[in-house]
Amino acid sequence: MSGTWMTTRAWLLMLPLLVVMVAVIGWPLADTVRLSFTDAQLVGTAGNYVGFDNYTKMLTSSNFTRTLVTTTWFAVISVAAEMVIGVLAALLLNQEFRGRAVLRGLMILPWALPTVVNATLWRLIYNPEYGALNAALTQLHLIDDYRSWLGEPGTALAALIVADCWKNFPLVALIALAALQAVPRDITAAALVDGAGPFNRFRFVILPYLAGPLMVALVLRTIEAFKVFDIIWVMTRGGPANSTRSLSILVYQEAFSFQRAGSGASLALIVTLLVTVLAVAYAALVRKTAGSAT
Amino acid sequence: MERRSPVFTVFIYACALLLAAVILAPLAWLFVMSISPAADLAAKPLRWWPQAADFSRYAQLLSRAENSAGAAFTSSLRNSLEVAGMATLAAVVLAVPAGWAVSRTPSVGWSLSMVIATYMLPPVALSVPLYMGLSWLGLLNNVFGLALIYLTILAPFTTWLMKSGFDSIPREIEAAAMIDGAGLLQTWRIITLPLAAPVVATSALFAVLLAWDEFFYALLFTSDQRAKTLTVAIADLAGGRVSDYGLIATAGVLAALPPVLIGLVMQRALISGLTSGGVKG
Repeated sequence: MSGTWMTTRAWLLMLPLLVVMVAVIGWPLADTVRLSFTDAQLVGTAGNYVGFDNYTKMLTSSNFTRTLVTTTWFAVISVAAEMVIGVLAALLLNQEFRGRAVLRGLMILPWALPTVVNATLWRLIYNPEYGALNAALTQLHLIDDYRSWLGEPGTALAALIVADCWKNFPLVALIALAALQAVPRDITAAALVDGAGPFNRFRFVILPYLAGPLMVALVLRTIEAFKVFDIIWVMTRGGPANSTRSLSILVYQEAFSFQRAGSGASLALIVTLLVTVLAVAYAALVRKTAGSAT
Repeated sequence: MERRSPVFTVFIYACALLLAAVILAPLAWLFVMSISPAADLAAKPLRWWPQAADFSRYAQLLSRAENSAGAAFTSSLRNSLEVAGMATLAAVVLAVPAGWAVSRTPSVGWSLSMVIATYMLPPVALSVPLYMGLSWLGLLNNVFGLALIYLTILAPFTTWLMKSGFDSIPREIEAAAMIDGAGLLQTWRIITLPLAAPVVATSALFAVLLAWDEFFYALLFTSDQRAKTLTVAIADLAGGRVSDYGLIATAGVLAALPPVLIGLVMQRALISGLTSGGVKG
């Protein structure tokens, strides 16, 4: 069969997917770009061309800077904690002990729990009047009075990060565990015979096998954390006093609560650009890690 | 075999217990809240185990009496099932031919890479035009409209899974059938699709999980019982002035059951699906 016909046939088979993707992703993205240069409202006026006004207005607003800092904190702390706890859990699950298979099965549960259910569950746990966290801590005499964990700017973001970590560290653990099981036994045995201690065995024997898969998990989790909306919306709506507002929530407020489609679009594209830069930088890092690991 | 000191063994079991407790405690509490009488949940000091288990909230949420909490819940359950079902079916129908094409003709692979790269896009970057478009089509607050939008998430993911699935089916088997005179459709029907059935099933289940979990678009594009999905209904409950926290917990348990069951049944396939992408990069 000729190569041209193969290629033509491949394009024909891809056509339905590509048409749908252009309709639901390509066109909206292009239209967001167009809107970002207008003062369009969500309903009604189509808007006039205003050049880069929206961009300069958004980039210089204190709201944007503050939200960017909040989102970065959320992403860095929660992803770092998920990676560390995830790898530790994987190292544990890679040991032999009774009940290991059951414990490994349990790890699926937080991952499978819908994000909104997870957010609701933690919101109930943190409840200032009846929450389980307050009850447990007072009954253990660790705190004297019930606190409003999600209602105070000092604790709200930390409380969100704990909830996010609980849901996402098991995924990192499962990915790391799969990588650990690919480490040939004779290599670890040889390192042991050669007198390598636990730390050196982890650093020089096991880590090279983990590096590739963990980098991919790191990239995916960071991008997700940077786009975060659901868990924050359900638990705090970005409050109190905007202390947990993420970039996605800021865009939502601008475009849908205040109905400013034009400036909301420009903000959305700024966020998109940030995520893209992050992803490209990471992709370069992944390639480097993959190159040095083998 | 590595020798293990008794101290180390005790340490391992202690860590395993801690990990199990961390995973299970919040989930167990969600269930306990759902069966505790409201008075127990408001008691100080808090009662950690109900005096008498009370399953009435499950009956209440699953009843279809008009204007009750049950009516809102069951309609959102139905909407979630419909949207997830339609979006998954459409995503698989688009993904199978496209995934096969990229697998067998790598020269068109760059177009799939572009489709997958859209994963980076935050949904907010598409939401305003999608809102205006759906409004123009009269598909706001409509399960068909929402299912269509869900393809932005489901289709790239399923196509990528299908492509790696077809990659593991040797072309030689297909070539043999073709030499024997079978056309493309016949080869698919007799050879390729039966071999790819497990991958199709895995992709479909992943798609169902993604659709079931989706919240942002559902929040934006639905407004009442005709199209509101479970995630939006639960967020409404959590953010509203519901005085019985047990009812919110019950809704959470019911919404979590299908994906948790899928997760447990599909454990092996899910993990290999999650990691194959990870290993290949």
